[in-house]
Amino acid sequence: MDTLLLSRIQFAANISFHILFPTITIALGWALLFFKVRFNRTRDRKWMDLYLFWVKVFALSFALGVVSGITMSFQFGTNWPGFMETVGNVAGPLLAYEIMTAFFLEAVFLGIMLFGASKVPGWLHTLATFLVAFGTTMSAFWILVLNSWMHTPAGHELRDGVVYATDWWAIIFNPSMPYRLAHMLLASGLTVAFLIAGLSAWRWLRGDREPEVATGLRFGVILGALLIPVQILAGDMHGLNTLEHQPQKVAAMEGNWETGGNVPLLLFALPDEAARVNHYEIGIPSLASIILKHDPAGEVPGLNDFVAEDGTVMHPPVAPVFWSFRIMVGIGMLMLVASWAGAWMMWRRGADNLPRPYLWGLTGMTFAGWGATLAGWYTTEIGRQPWLVQGVLTVEEAVGDIAGGMVLTTLLAYVAIYLALLAAYIAVLFHLARKGGRIAAPLAAPVIQPAE
Amino acid sequence: MFDPVALPLIFAGLLGLSILLYVVLDGFDLGVGLLFPFSDEAERDRMVASIGPFWDANETWLVLAIGILLVAFPTAHGDILTALYLPVAVMLIGLILRGVAFEFRAKAPIGHKRPWDLAFWSGSLMTALAQGFMLGMYIMGLQWSWATVAFATLCAVALAVAYSFIGAAWVILKTDGDLQKKAVGWARGGIWGVVLGMGAVSIATPLVSERIFDKWFRFPEIVTLAPLPLMSGLLVALLWLALRRLPTANDSFAWFPFVGAVVLMVLGFFGMAYSFYPYIVPEQLTIWQAAAATESLAIILVGTLVVLPMILGYTVLAYVIFRGKATKLSYD
Ligand code: HDD
Ligand code: HEM
Ligand code: HEM
Repeated sequence: MDTLLLSRIQFAANISFHILFPTITIALGWALLFFKVRFNRTRDRKWMDLYLFWVKVFALSFALGVVSGITMSFQFGTNWPGFMETVGNVAGPLLAYEIMTAFFLEAVFLGIMLFGASKVPGWLHTLATFLVAFGTTMSAFWILVLNSWMHTPAGHELRDGVVYATDWWAIIFNPSMPYRLAHMLLASGLTVAFLIAGLSAWRWLRGDREPEVATGLRFGVILGALLIPVQILAGDMHGLNTLEHQPQKVAAMEGNWETGGNVPLLLFALPDEAARVNHYEIGIPSLASIILKHDPAGEVPGLNDFVAEDGTVMHPPVAPVFWSFRIMVGIGMLMLVASWAGAWMMWRRGADNLPRPYLWGLTGMTFAGWGATLAGWYTTEIGRQPWLVQGVLTVEEAVGDIAGGMVLTTLLAYVAIYLALLAAYIAVLFHLARKGGRIAAPLAAPVIQPAE
Repeated sequence: MFDPVALPLIFAGLLGLSILLYVVLDGFDLGVGLLFPFSDEAERDRMVASIGPFWDANETWLVLAIGILLVAFPTAHGDILTALYLPVAVMLIGLILRGVAFEFRAKAPIGHKRPWDLAFWSGSLMTALAQGFMLGMYIMGLQWSWATVAFATLCAVALAVAYSFIGAAWVILKTDGDLQKKAVGWARGGIWGVVLGMGAVSIATPLVSERIFDKWFRFPEIVTLAPLPLMSGLLVALLWLALRRLPTANDSFAWFPFVGAVVLMVLGFFGMAYSFYPYIVPEQLTIWQAAAATESLAIILVGTLVVLPMILGYTVLAYVIFRGKATKLSYD
């Protein structure tokens, strides 16, 4: 089989698996710090119980993030040697700073945060918790700088086909970086909000009435309700930024073939790249123009502008971008409804009196954040095709010279392991929820919490 | 310092440092995993507890090593990693298995502990074997043939045994009672693997390349370098003697096997580094031919000089906090 295609699938499989866990740890680290600080302030046992329950989820997610991240770093060399050879002068320092300022910080203080509570003074433990949360956020920052630079390169020059850095400030604060970073951090917050709300709802449904269950439920729903409007706004601004720098991506997201005004917002369509039309379109007239240009007659770029004279297609595959974008936005809307309805009901009748169907709904949305995050990344990354670094390096130029059979072997091995681990991860999360946050013990006595 | 001659040299030094730290640090926790089949469940819990706070940070040195190779020597990293595609994949899968098993064995339902222990052991084994294999292939100049694969296989076994030796030495240091006694027994067996492995590498390396042979055996180098093998030999002898007497009644010298193993690894490492200098892809690319642009190396170096001492500082802090005999892992 084709090495290029297989390497792409392998990379996509690896990064899709990897991103699931950082998405959780980035925001969960801050949530743990919040629980810990609340406990220090109030001395209310329920905050400690929340901390002790979620710290286990954190440890597990972190381990999965680390091992899949190590796989990612090697992929650059094993499958995409052209990447570092061409843009290494920019990508290299960014990755190096991620490793040095973030990975070591997280990894070392994680040990202290997890197992050091009885060995170090309270303030040092809280500090370790802070440094772990800070470290995960720093890794997100550096890797998103790199990823954004790949979408909107700036601050470099090409000499003999190799990229040289000229302005680090421009590289780091490249045009799409602030939007991507904000949107990703919010995505992480929302993922964690629904994870906490979902598992707490499930514990409640199973009759677990520990005080921390209602608190977790309230925490998750309120966090979700606060973040989702901001996320929708950030997403909209992100889209406007993309319109400026990668119009072909926006054309694919909108499923718009011809440049023009009064472009409808398509709710459903089956884009057909062979015939270059959409089938079965259902849309709201002029809304895409209004969203993107704030004017019903506003001109939206069309895909047909990105076909060269000789017929070479220079825009991304349409259907995957079109559909993943809709899945993301759809989940976002669902989150809006779910969290606001929940917040309203809690305000009216309290967190311990929510209707069962609603709680089942929340349980069903436990991993909704993952869905939206993956769909969002697919929009972004597939929307960049055929480029690896927009306008600088195509994916095809970067791929390594390895036998297709070898890539197929490793791909199958990775996918098998990832599927098994994903199943185990979800099963263990629900197993932990079933066991509840704590071992039965008198409230006053200090509880020794084993790592299991 | 920021000139095109010195910078690649500094980065080669940093690369060496992180590989060395990785091999020593992850070496002991991989070794602990390799010893799983020889221990019962309670012992395994204690062994895992002894590496719990450290393993993640230990592995980060591998990320740094690969990162430096990637960012400082972009042309070399593609050559090396594509040539070693399959062993790299085996190692990665091994690292995945053991990294997650570590968490899962403690959090999965009780009955599921055994399969995760198995995953921990097999992941550790895959990692150790793959790393040894890659070392062997690297020594053989990254050429695939029956002879080189045979040699690499020997290195694979030798490195796995060496890791279990340093793992056993770690258990001697971090535990007491019956488990400690058992670990002394493991170490007695493991030391032969270390001798075999270091011997094989020392004999093979000069034979593969005339250049390396010359570097070691011409005059006066043969005299100035003599302390390296002599010290290693002496150290092995001392370790062997110590292992016959351990554990002592008041736990004195429990640190000696571990420290000895570390020093042995350091000596072996310097021998290797001396052989291959100035090449990064053996006999093909020197560190200067493979290095990235000076501006980019300079900007990384500035950060490194600030951050690396901090990293070393808080790494030491973690080892100080968790000093002494390992106790049950608990989150509060
Ligand atoms: C919980 C997760 C989540 C939710 C609810 C949303 N997004 Fe999103 N979106 C992401 C998670 C995400 C992401 C995974 O974080 C992406 C991928 C790359 C990135 O920077 O963010 C993304 C990418 C992404 C892009 C592509 C940007 C590009 O690279 O060109 C656009 C235009 C939007 N989003 C817009 C939206 C809108 C209008 C939303 C309204 C509901 C929305 N997103 C909800
Ligand atoms: C921020 C760090 C990221 C970097 C540096 C990065 C880089 C890359 C690279 C090197 C490729 C391979 C070449 C290609 O096939 O296009 C790729 C493709 C891809 N990535 Fe990313 N990526 C990042 C984040 C993500 C995330 C988080 C996801 C998904 C969850 C993702 C999804 C994909 C997909 C689906 C492809 C395949 C696109 C295709 O081939 O059609 N990426 N990206
Ligand atoms: C090509 C892309 C990527 C590579 C090579 C990569 C590499 C890695 C590595 C090696 C680790 C383990 C660090 C350790 O040893 O502690 C890691 C963890 C992490 N990564 Fe990635 N990563 C990539 C994409 C991403 C993306 C897209 C994000 C988020 C936006 C991200 C955020 C994180 C975070 C927060 C951690 C630490 C927490 C955790 O492990 O859960 N990474 N990554």
